[in-house]
Amino acid sequence: MALKTEQMVLNMGPQHPSTHGVLRLEVELEGEIIQSVHPHIGYLHRCFEKHAEAMTYPQVIPYVDRLDYLASMNNEFGYVVAVEKLLGIQVPERVEYIRVIMSELQRIASHLVAIGTYGLDIGAFTPFLYCFRDREKILSLFEMTCGARLLYNYFWVGGLSHDLHPDFVRSAKDFVKYLRPNIKELNDLLTNNRIFTDRTANIGVLPLETAINYGITGPNLRASGFKWDLRKDDPYSIYNKFDFDIPTGQGTVGTVGDCWDRYYIRVLEMEQSLRIIEQALDQLPEGDVTSAIPKRIKPPAGQIYSRVENPKGELGYFIISDGSLNPFRVKVRGPSFVHLGVMNELCKGHMVADVIAILGSIDIVLGEVDR
Amino acid sequence: MGLLDQQFTKESIVVTKVEDLLNWARLSSLWQMGFGLACCAIEMMATSASHYDFDRFGVIPRPSPRQSDVIIISGTVTLKMAIRIKRLYEQMPDPKYVISMGSCSNCGGPYWEHGYHVLKGVDRVIPVDVYVPGCPPRPEALLEGLLKLQEKIRNESLVKKSV
Amino acid sequence: MKTPEEIFNILKEKFGDAIIELVSSQPVESFITVNPQEIDKVCRFLFDNDELSFDSLMNLSGVDDANGKKTTDQNGDNIIEGGTLSVYYHIESTKHRHKLVLKASAQRENPEIKSVESIWRHADWHEREAYDLVGIIFLNHPNLTRILMPYDWEAGHPLRKDYKNPEFYHGMKVPY
Repeated sequence: MALKTEQMVLNMGPQHPSTHGVLRLEVELEGEIIQSVHPHIGYLHRCFEKHAEAMTYPQVIPYVDRLDYLASMNNEFGYVVAVEKLLGIQVPERVEYIRVIMSELQRIASHLVAIGTYGLDIGAFTPFLYCFRDREKILSLFEMTCGARLLYNYFWVGGLSHDLHPDFVRSAKDFVKYLRPNIKELNDLLTNNRIFTDRTANIGVLPLETAINYGITGPNLRASGFKWDLRKDDPYSIYNKFDFDIPTGQGTVGTVGDCWDRYYIRVLEMEQSLRIIEQALDQLPEGDVTSAIPKRIKPPAGQIYSRVENPKGELGYFIISDGSLNPFRVKVRGPSFVHLGVMNELCKGHMVADVIAILGSIDIVLGEVDR
Repeated sequence: MGLLDQQFTKESIVVTKVEDLLNWARLSSLWQMGFGLACCAIEMMATSASHYDFDRFGVIPRPSPRQSDVIIISGTVTLKMAIRIKRLYEQMPDPKYVISMGSCSNCGGPYWEHGYHVLKGVDRVIPVDVYVPGCPPRPEALLEGLLKLQEKIRNESLVKKSV
Repeated sequence: MKTPEEIFNILKEKFGDAIIELVSSQPVESFITVNPQEIDKVCRFLFDNDELSFDSLMNLSGVDDANGKKTTDQNGDNIIEGGTLSVYYHIESTKHRHKLVLKASAQRENPEIKSVESIWRHADWHEREAYDLVGIIFLNHPNLTRILMPYDWEAGHPLRKDYKNPEFYHGMKVPY
């Protein structure tokens, strides 16, 4: 006589310690094996696109900060590059160098949070505290420059809001010297830890074909073995002047494209960012950062889709201008929105505890998913 | 043991008011429910981390509303989420307190004008004890908000106030 | 690598009237307008063809063109009658490194566009968002429901230019 079984629906609700924000996952289970996962989003929909239509072009920048609140400098970079291309203006070289330094520092800060909270989800508490300690040093560098710790309003269309503090270059060089041995310490703690590799190797394998079809970009795509980085393949600003590598997933402890690969790519990217920062600090020219800021920003009627490499993936801005002071339509293509769509594919056939491991390795931020 | 350790020369009896004792016990170990919604949640996490330690005030994050005393609403409250916040608040056992952290949960924040899906202030659904302003508030500001809440609890009374 | 003009010529030869025109007069990018009922066949050709090989959809956005007539309805609110709602597709090829922009417009009163979800799975959530916020209906989509707004939101599609906010939602006051 066969045992009668039923599928159970488990709700990992909007309030959950490990869902990185307000995300609701509806998991259909057969025993402990997952049949399907349906994400429900929209709990943080803050109507960014409606605000962008009502504000002038410079007034949109603080709202852009709050999209992916862990990587505000990169969000601003994307928006400012798009509007500058639409206007057709060129910024001074010092501005370009400072923008690259800030956005690479922000990339390191974002990866530190991703790694720290991923360790916390898996069960390791110490890497979380170490990562946040290192991140505080980056935040104090930002505070020295523009006064804010998390949401800056620093990149303006045509330049920056403040020039660097006189002590900034020395402090940034000290920070780079400080972080390199700390990355090695983090590797000893977490990356090669037996429990961590058992929970993340061979889990949530993302094949390359599926990744490109689903629009996955950033570290997640590089972990599946494809060498694609917008800083080299579709260059913007002055990234073509710097020498850095693009790490890809090798499947060192499991298969290519599993959770461990996605995690390890972020650790390697932090080291590459340190290389870029060193080169930029050495080559930093003199100049005036506010000289090219236009008095009124009124682009001609037209449209542009411009994209930058966010720490989480490809961040795209589609701006339609109708010739007035306000944008007509701003659509943000957030990488986290796209990456969440592939959750169902990745989780099929795994067990319940792996949902948290997979969700943490994709590294989403709900501000960008819901906008 | 803190204030009273090794202070007496022979065995004694300590006399105090019941209110003071209960209030002191409550404010020294406020367990917070980990409820981060948006950007302010990152500053709340930074406050719990080692640079600005929350644990020295007795505040530790608990995952469930049934085991917590204080809920820190950090981040924008949307209409879709407000219904769930009300439900979570009702699940917390008494005595419970609410700290509203950041402009968005105080009054709608930068989204007050055109936000069709944003609730303009979490006090439209649950009663709030302390408002912490800022966008996002610095960790020191959140600590001050916590100290103000502790002040408020210290002055609570068992006597029913007559009108 | 092919330019938009070359791709326009290839498409015009194959699909004829379904390809309407190539607009390149405005800054910064030029786009090709396509008939909304044939957009899925055009995209399937762009995906399968070896020379073009557009294997990646970068972005899909719904836009309210607001090019109709502005009038007032019986309650005195400003509404727009006529005009179009459009969808812009930004696609690229990771093999050949070229990019293309397509546009499909549909009538505001009955906006129906064929879905491209079967070609690029990426379009699934973007099309749901365009339905939710602008109100464009995608035919042959497997699950066209609201994604960002609450499932029981009855006040319409928020990103339209003539959208009006409701007063109360589940007992909570919505305006400031």
